[in-house]
Amino acid sequence: MNLVAIKSAIDALSAPTISFTILTVIFPFIFPPSDWFEKIHRKTGLWRMWTKPGGLIGMILITAFFVIGYFDVYFNKTLTKADNFPIVLMIYSMWFLIWLGMYKAYRNDIRIEQGLKPEEYNDPDDKVLVWPDLVYIEFIALILFQVFLIVWSILVAAPIEEPANPAATPNPSKAPWYFLGLQEMLVYYDPWIAGVLLPTFIIVGLMAIPYLDINKKGDGYYSFKERRVGIFIFMYGWVVLWLFLIIIGTFFRGPNWNFFGPFEYWDTHKVEALTNVNLSEILWVKWLNQGLPSNILIRESLGFIVTGLYLFVLPVILAKTYLKDMLAAYGPTRFVTLMILGLVMLALPIKMYLRWIFNLQYIIAIPEWFLNI
Amino acid sequence: MSDNNNKSILEKMGESQVWKSIIRSGVPRTRRQRMHAILGSVFLHLHPARLPKHAVKVGYTWCMGGLSFFLFVNLTITGILLMFYYRPTVEYAFTDIIDLSEQVPLGIMRELHRWAAHSMVLIVWLHMVRVFMTGSYKPPREFNWGIGVILMTLTMLLSFTGYLLPWDQLAIWAVTVGSNMARATPFLGNEGPGAALLAIGDINLVHVGSDVRFALLGGRFVGEATLLRFYVLHCIAIPFVAMIFMAVHFWRIRKDGGISGPL
Repeated sequence: MNLVAIKSAIDALSAPTISFTILTVIFPFIFPPSDWFEKIHRKTGLWRMWTKPGGLIGMILITAFFVIGYFDVYFNKTLTKADNFPIVLMIYSMWFLIWLGMYKAYRNDIRIEQGLKPEEYNDPDDKVLVWPDLVYIEFIALILFQVFLIVWSILVAAPIEEPANPAATPNPSKAPWYFLGLQEMLVYYDPWIAGVLLPTFIIVGLMAIPYLDINKKGDGYYSFKERRVGIFIFMYGWVVLWLFLIIIGTFFRGPNWNFFGPFEYWDTHKVEALTNVNLSEILWVKWLNQGLPSNILIRESLGFIVTGLYLFVLPVILAKTYLKDMLAAYGPTRFVTLMILGLVMLALPIKMYLRWIFNLQYIIAIPEWFLNI
Repeated sequence: MSDNNNKSILEKMGESQVWKSIIRSGVPRTRRQRMHAILGSVFLHLHPARLPKHAVKVGYTWCMGGLSFFLFVNLTITGILLMFYYRPTVEYAFTDIIDLSEQVPLGIMRELHRWAAHSMVLIVWLHMVRVFMTGSYKPPREFNWGIGVILMTLTMLLSFTGYLLPWDQLAIWAVTVGSNMARATPFLGNEGPGAALLAIGDINLVHVGSDVRFALLGGRFVGEATLLRFYVLHCIAIPFVAMIFMAVHFWRIRKDGGISGPL
């Protein structure tokens, strides 16, 4: 297999439809939230990701991707943009530190299974002095980081483009890199959801974590088995729905926010057919063969019903059936909060797939009121 | 004290009146003096005098909380230096930025500030991952995790407001993309759901000249007033709020029983 074939394979795999699906499908096997996933996680050898060779292979793969990218005519342009370097740092540091956390967690899991205390445990009476044991570590850390910043600053000039010109819109116009996940969500949701509602839910949801997690175990040491569901949910939201969307937004989105593989030329004239339809159009025009009703509420009735079923009826059904034990353990307030936060989080991948499979634009489409969902 | 001749210069210095007046307990050599060195210093007393062994290991903390604070201080210092040269007006902003690298001797201050800012966003995120992975948000530290989430949001807002100040194409369009979201805010943005409900008769209360985007930008588009607003937010308002939350964050680490650890 030559390099060109590898590159076009990566280009094809990077398409959000494929890469996002692969990540979502294998994610529970990487952070197994239940015994069933755990069994396959062990059988297929995926657990080796969280061993030393696994960490190393991850580092090598990331490096290989960037090296090939550096020498590629097209990827070089995005990769070497001064403001994109933080994302390279992000990919490396996130991989390394999540690996480190999981590596330590797996070691502790084995110790706990054997009835030992976690590695972090020390005799409470056997303390160390902050001067000098901590102060010198902090001192070295800040000196090293300062040196790193100075070297970085000498080597890479801060970007400066043409003076601001409100008349000339660059294509694509991108937000700063840490907001590109939100900008990517704009493909699937209108600004009032992607730009206002979801960020609010992210902040509130993060702040709610300590009050929703009733699992007392795993406090103050790395562990996975004792809190596998919590870690799975957090990591899916963090890695797939936030970091990966940032990577898509940075590396894979070109002019007109069209998708381009990393090794593809950013063709300004690439045309993507806009064939998206609303749920109301599917219902009235396609299924019932008539025009859209003029009454907005009747026109969007199906959308309201679907959204209502998803947000309000589904939690009740779950509470009475599949999640009965959970409701008993968590109590009604926690359960309802958890359901709403969880369903809103899941609404993002759900909408992504509705778009990809059915070309669905809006579930509720009321542009008259700026209320599109 | 008797065999004064055997003492090194450092030791003699440590016994001088000047040194003792600064480090109240002299050169920290004995256990007692070392604990005093921490307790007697306004900066170091954020720390306890003694810690459990795992707490000083980089493998446990990744040093990320400390580095976040270090970067905040670092950015404050480089930011103050940049303020000597930079004028937040449409007329001067861009040329002042050019001058920073072309006229100012050893002009990498803007680079130091920008790269430290990007690093800070990343390191604050990594700090959150570490705290999550060690389960350190669990009782009694729930509240401090919430403070941390607010600090993370403030970090990103600080970075975002600073992004506009160079006043180049990159800056105004990134901020235009970001602030366009504000006009879709439910009830408060002119293109937000529910905004049309806030009306007296035929007169809309929320329109393009009165909505939350207008308040953020100081106008209908990213212009002179926006530059001044973002400058004040970036240099004064958000750092001020962040410092208050940081004080609470550090205080609560100690009050909640110090660094987390296995029992």
